[in-house]
Amino acid sequence: MEFFRYTRTFNFMGKSKLAMILSVLMVVASYGILLTKGLNYGIDFAGGTVIQVKYKESAPIKKMREALKSDPLFASASISEFGSPDEVVIRMKTSSASVTRDIGDVTRQVLKGSGDFTVRRVDIVGPTVGAELKEKGVMSLILAVLGILIYVAFRFEWRFAVASIVALVHDVSIALGMVALFGIDVNLDVLAGVLTILGYSLNDTIIVFDRIREGVTNKRSMGLEETINESVTRTLARTTLTSLTTFFVVFTLFIFGGEIIHPFAFTLLVGVVVGTYSSVFVASPILLWFGFDVKNYHTKLAAKAKREAEKQRMREQFESGVV
Amino acid sequence: MKLNYRIVIFAFAIVFGIVFSIPSLTQSETGKKITLGLDLQGGLHMLLGVKTEEAIQSRMKSIAASIKHFAERNDILIDGLTFDESSVKFEILDSDEISKFDDFFKKIEGSIITKSTTSLSLKLTAKEIETTKKEAISQAIETIRNRLDQFGLSEPVVAKQGEDKILVELAGIKSQADEQRARELISRAAKLELMAVDEDRNARVYSMSDSDAAEYGDTILTDAKNPSIKYLVHEIPILDGGMLTDANMGFDKNNRPLINFKLNAEGADIFGDFTGKNVGKRLAVVLDGKVYSAPNINERIGGGAGQISGNYTVMEAKDLAIALRSGALLAPIFMMEKRSVGPSLGADSIKASMVALVGGFILVILFMIVYYRLAGVIANIALIANLLILLAIMSLFGATLTLPGMAGIVLTVGMAVDANVIISERIRELIYEGKSMHKAIEEGYANAMRAILDANITTLIASVVLYAYGTGAIKGFAVTMSIGIMASMLTAILGTHGIYQLFDHKISKSKNNKFWFGIKG
Repeated sequence: MEFFRYTRTFNFMGKSKLAMILSVLMVVASYGILLTKGLNYGIDFAGGTVIQVKYKESAPIKKMREALKSDPLFASASISEFGSPDEVVIRMKTSSASVTRDIGDVTRQVLKGSGDFTVRRVDIVGPTVGAELKEKGVMSLILAVLGILIYVAFRFEWRFAVASIVALVHDVSIALGMVALFGIDVNLDVLAGVLTILGYSLNDTIIVFDRIREGVTNKRSMGLEETINESVTRTLARTTLTSLTTFFVVFTLFIFGGEIIHPFAFTLLVGVVVGTYSSVFVASPILLWFGFDVKNYHTKLAAKAKREAEKQRMREQFESGVV
Repeated sequence: MKLNYRIVIFAFAIVFGIVFSIPSLTQSETGKKITLGLDLQGGLHMLLGVKTEEAIQSRMKSIAASIKHFAERNDILIDGLTFDESSVKFEILDSDEISKFDDFFKKIEGSIITKSTTSLSLKLTAKEIETTKKEAISQAIETIRNRLDQFGLSEPVVAKQGEDKILVELAGIKSQADEQRARELISRAAKLELMAVDEDRNARVYSMSDSDAAEYGDTILTDAKNPSIKYLVHEIPILDGGMLTDANMGFDKNNRPLINFKLNAEGADIFGDFTGKNVGKRLAVVLDGKVYSAPNINERIGGGAGQISGNYTVMEAKDLAIALRSGALLAPIFMMEKRSVGPSLGADSIKASMVALVGGFILVILFMIVYYRLAGVIANIALIANLLILLAIMSLFGATLTLPGMAGIVLTVGMAVDANVIISERIRELIYEGKSMHKAIEEGYANAMRAILDANITTLIASVVLYAYGTGAIKGFAVTMSIGIMASMLTAILGTHGIYQLFDHKISKSKNNKFWFGIKG
């Protein structure tokens, strides 16, 4: 099958302005949502309590609300369906620090008589732990970006590194914007999803960049814009295929992975789509706009080759004892 | 068929993968296996904090007790012995005797003594306070570990996390009652104190407030069985549980469970002295601030053995004996984070993620065969090998598989074929350019190598950061991702190349591009 064979070179860079407008709009919209609606921090970061209760039949949410009112511990509690009508979670902003008196036991007491149920999960995160996890989360994002920046700058050139970071920021912003828009609970798993997007989106970008690097080195007569167009086109089949296979698995995870894995799968789903788009339409044009200097790169390459050759000569001389 | 080093390494890798993943796949009794995380098998995860300030106060209390005993032993008359959260103060009636305490204080590490003519006050240095707090944490870890070891759960995890937190993980808690029991056992202070009832004033206890009692150096405690009964006892105990050497469950003459305890030599000495001097008065057996019994002292009690009786069930008495035996908590603990997952939810999570894994796997495998024909089949062999090696390495290290870890495996399936897609696309390109299949394969691998390496290393950087900063279940995701990426470099680059080289003579002769790479022409 050659479904994704592209014989003619697409003029991606010609469309880059349009793409840029779209990207800027999406990023601005994302920050708009993040600023107005804000992220819906789950208990991992905000602290609080989550109790997951499963009923034999449909959960009597109204009855449960009434029952919970009887205990002041549940003053801030909200009940919502979790995946199926017979499963619900009770969320609270408060967390009890007592080791012996367990909120799960209290829930069991309070809900007695509301039906046949089991308490399947009790998560309590105290405020200090939440703050610490948040700090660690932000730290991990910064460190990951920094590590990647250094690696790409080392393997390619600083403009490649900056372009890939811009693409990353673009992807992460839009993913977080979507997470905020759909009111997904932001817990550690969403953070893991965001970090995976970092890796994945970069993976895509690097494959394209590698081709550009190759094109720049091998086809000296070609202009940068042309080289980029050709490189993006040549990797397009791979980009589409890998995005598809990854999309397949993330989608199955999203559909069949169960309610707990939902926020993670959702984040990835957005990330796969945005990451693919950004490696074609965001990272490469930026390279062009930053004025990546092909001639300068060639001079540098030539100098590097010359140094290597010199080293090689010295080594040979040394080995044959001429020095 | 031509053997080459690549195929040999690949074959070894597959054998390695099969051999070491078998124990995990078949869930056999022997061999190293992947352990399921608490979120998959159900269990209790707790992060506990220690109220270290209270360790200082209890240290002060115990210093006060030893001062009192020392003074009584040596017939030094002292007065106004009090303690608070940072100091112990007392007065000596005969100022000449003040130097008698010099040697005694030397034995108390990190103490600062302030003397005036008749009064003495003791404080701890900042360093000593720090040490005491640290000790309270490590002692709490030790104590909780001891208690859980005797509780009979398989492999409880008790570890220090960060500077001042205690991580407790209990897998395989099956019932609510078990969880409750475990939490009570862990958090029980189990602080045993033997205290003297203030017989001069006890009659007035019901009309006294806490501050009234404090004025006399006393404190009001309630009865464990009947909270309306109150006792007025001297605030400074005769001795505390630190001098306990053993505690066991026993039965009284009515066959009710009780706890027998034994004191060490020093404790027995103090106990003997006290009972000898206070015949006719009462001695309160106080556990965690509640009076369990207050028998009359009929004669001097030597030997240092005693009993705690309460309305215990056999189970409660057993647990209490465990708690006493493994030592008191120097400072109370509190819950900072708790995650408990019931076994049924864990089973549901396994089921759901398995469906996702198998579903995603089949989709990818079919897609690769349809799109790339034989090249797809070869890529799929690499993919399966990748999964086996991933499982084998996780088994060997006894790694923990969590729900995010499962997601990591699912994601590995999607991303591991990426290398083969890159390589196959490169080979196709070269064939389009008119190169022979043999040449296209060799050049394709050479060209694709750099891109795959760079791409995988950057993903690896993100995974490593995630591992370093992640906690609990998220670490599991980073682990499976990292191992998956590294295994994919072996299987997808080296392995598939080896297979092509194995069939090199056939490929060289064949002109069937469709059969090998799914393309026309």
